[in-house]
Amino acid sequence: MEEARHLMSILGTRVLRTEDPRFLTTGGVYTEDVTDELLTGACHVFFVRSPVAHAQIGRIDTSAALGAPGVLAVYTGADLAGLPAIDVMMPGLLNERMRRRLLATGKVRFVGDPVAVVVTEHLYQGEDAVELVDVDYDPLPAVVDLDDALHGEVILFDEAGTNVVAEFGNEASLKPDLFDGCEAVVTATIINQRVAPAPMEARAAAAAWGEDGRLTAWIPNQGAQGTREDLAKLLGVEEAQVRVITPDVGGAFGAKFGADPEHAVVAWVARQLGRPARWTESRFENLIAMTHGRGQRHTITIGGSRDGDVQAYRLQIVQDGGAYPKIGAVLPFLTILMAVGPYQIPKAEAIGVSVVTNTTPVGAYRGAGRPEATAALERAFDLFAAEIGMDPAEVRRRNLLPPFTEPHQTAFGALYDSGDYAAALDKALDSAGYAELRAEQARRRASGDPHQLGIGVSCYVEITGGGDGGPPKENATVEVHPDGTATILTGTSPHGQGHSTAWAMIASEELGIPVENFTVRWGDTDLIPEGGGTGGSRSLQQGGAAVQQASRELIDVARERAAAALEASADDLRFNTDRAAFEVAGDPEASVRLADLAKEERLFVHTIFTAPGATFPFGTHVAVAEVDTQTGKATLRRVITVDDAGIVLNPLLAEGQRHGGIAQGAAQAFLEEVVYDADGNPLTASFADYPIVSATELPSFELASMETPTSYNPLGVKGIGEAGTIGATPAVQSAIVDAVGHLGVRHIDMPATPMRIWRAMQAANDGLEGA
Amino acid sequence: MRVEFTVNGEPRSADVEPRTLLVHFLREQCGLRAANIGCDTTSCGACTVLLDGESVKSCTVLVAQAAGQEVTTAEGLAPPGELHPVQRAFRAEHGLQCGFCTPGMVMASVSLLAENPHPTEQQVREGLEGNLCRCTGYHNIVRAVLTAAASDPAEVTA
Repeated sequence: MEEARHLMSILGTRVLRTEDPRFLTTGGVYTEDVTDELLTGACHVFFVRSPVAHAQIGRIDTSAALGAPGVLAVYTGADLAGLPAIDVMMPGLLNERMRRRLLATGKVRFVGDPVAVVVTEHLYQGEDAVELVDVDYDPLPAVVDLDDALHGEVILFDEAGTNVVAEFGNEASLKPDLFDGCEAVVTATIINQRVAPAPMEARAAAAAWGEDGRLTAWIPNQGAQGTREDLAKLLGVEEAQVRVITPDVGGAFGAKFGADPEHAVVAWVARQLGRPARWTESRFENLIAMTHGRGQRHTITIGGSRDGDVQAYRLQIVQDGGAYPKIGAVLPFLTILMAVGPYQIPKAEAIGVSVVTNTTPVGAYRGAGRPEATAALERAFDLFAAEIGMDPAEVRRRNLLPPFTEPHQTAFGALYDSGDYAAALDKALDSAGYAELRAEQARRRASGDPHQLGIGVSCYVEITGGGDGGPPKENATVEVHPDGTATILTGTSPHGQGHSTAWAMIASEELGIPVENFTVRWGDTDLIPEGGGTGGSRSLQQGGAAVQQASRELIDVARERAAAALEASADDLRFNTDRAAFEVAGDPEASVRLADLAKEERLFVHTIFTAPGATFPFGTHVAVAEVDTQTGKATLRRVITVDDAGIVLNPLLAEGQRHGGIAQGAAQAFLEEVVYDADGNPLTASFADYPIVSATELPSFELASMETPTSYNPLGVKGIGEAGTIGATPAVQSAIVDAVGHLGVRHIDMPATPMRIWRAMQAANDGLEGA
Repeated sequence: MRVEFTVNGEPRSADVEPRTLLVHFLREQCGLRAANIGCDTTSCGACTVLLDGESVKSCTVLVAQAAGQEVTTAEGLAPPGELHPVQRAFRAEHGLQCGFCTPGMVMASVSLLAENPHPTEQQVREGLEGNLCRCTGYHNIVRAVLTAAASDPAEVTA
């Protein structure tokens, strides 16, 4: 029967975060802040890292370090020889011979590769002692350039005999006649540069072994369960022997998924010394040894008619996997999957190859493979628009897929659930005042204004909540307590997203218990053994949906118990969310609260929500940039976005996700880049050198809303976490190129620094003069 | 060496090694762990605290330099269980996500508003240039500071 609902649903409202007061006053409890009985008397671990990119390791002399004050032990790769080598993820897809050890043995393969650890009594003693470990390196030529890696004159893994980690299709499969019949064809090779995730909290670990032989490890991560699986594998122990606890996590952005070798070494040291061990990396270590993101080179070719119909598109990817294959080596798979984006392109091909280089391993970074797909495609559309002399927004509109509500299958196997791409484009252009912007641009061009205006438009569709094979799923437990409070256990793993608030909103809607009366828990594998964590923008659509399902199932369970308690038929009961109580129809006096039912017997439900598949959020970003043509400096003036991720649960949180993504996306377009010299020396190993975006380089963002529901979960939601980096990066890049487009510039690689912009202007000018 | 100063209103007297950094003293000796260490180059501002009302990066201040002065951390901005208007504005405007930069960002904002109670957006952005945040894109942080500035100025600078 009809339930009595709140007059106003809490869903879709701007509920302030319940987690904030703690963060604002005493601060979060990050791994370094954790105090626990088990960690009493912990020693401190410091890594000795390779200062050269590629070398044979010779003799390691630890004697001086061992004699330094407070040094308890020094271990090298030889001491860890009993531990299993680290297999590549996805063997079969990735070259299985490119295996790694927890500490490098034989060879080092990037600056930052750990070769030894120093363990000290006190924190202050470690950095000095690390300097005393004397390692002989016999340098080898470093492979930094992608072509050098492909040519394979120098091989990183002799046992593999190649630097190729994985191939996604091959050149022989490309059709020579793909562009036949196209009136205009443009091709370019462009860089999607390597960037640093740079979460404000770097990596850390605290580890202690109990008398029962079980390890408890505190690690900042994006999913305790996956981290436990990795850690057990790295240590060669059973998963049941490992408990991972996730403290507050100071940002992750894809780079804290699972366990890294360092985490396992800290746990190993704790076992070896029979005392707890802790480690927190410095920012220097973080920038050279935490995985980087992106790192693709694209060759794009696009062709079509002179009246703006795109007829063929080809994308060829070379992925820099860094020194050891990680998720980065797999990214071309996702880039290819999303290669044609929101467009209807009759003929399209995409292939990729991943290689290893003597640089920091590449992993996931906000968007992971999809920003690269969008960046390549949107650059191609701009180049095509310029070639045929048509407005870039108009070219996009002509080629977008028409609106659809039944799933649409692309040539690359993606199954888009729902979309209305042209509506997003129109809304973004309207919000931006596109026509006025073009008029202003024309005025400045006509007057020769030294500050030229550029407008960039980027349309995207992306994939979220894809899971790792099989239907995506997540579990949740909801329990109501006798005092009227409730607890939610989730397999997701927030690190800024606000799940405590969001999951409480979802359950509150069903159970009528106020948001502030919920405790949301995650990240303890003893408490929550299963879970997919947070990444790939999956949490709300699967974890949130699981919370809703558990809450509804809890009402079903409670209804039966209430019927017994009230001696009424379950069918005659209505659940009144205003009181969190069941009432007998026609007799409001006869009622029983959920809390009362919990007094008799624990009242909880554990459930698993399974989705039919991934969802595909979409949108359009418009960026407005000014370029000072006298200096080449670009200033980002406006970013206007439409990001349709289905129904919005809490606009405050959704907007926060968009803002953060836009900033990171914009930062890649014109500021940030991890740079190596030809010998593989990192040149951006501190925040003084890596130009991480600050408040001064960004404008406030203008967000327009659009909500096209998905049928893949009852909440109607898709993922919003990565839209920003996917849409904003090409929009901002395009705006900068557009600002100097009238000077003959067609492309500027990211990041569009003043020097690059200046050079592009000069080259265009030289070209014009030479013509 | 012996140093005497005040932390969140409480007089402190400590024997420290001369090289002890203020942030380490606050975190390890005082148990005040709101201020975080986010870099090695005084770039990120996660460790920002107030020294006699003015924001400093406590990773680059020796305890000795705090002698005779009043140190204020995020823990001491408001009485326990309450929020300072700037903290309140950060919550109201969703100016924090993972929380790591937050205590430092709040302290920098308090200092900024003490110096300039009615800043423009550009002045807020420039004033917070030394405090990095990777989550929010700064949008809501800037809004939070402007919101705090619009509330009772006497309360904000208190």
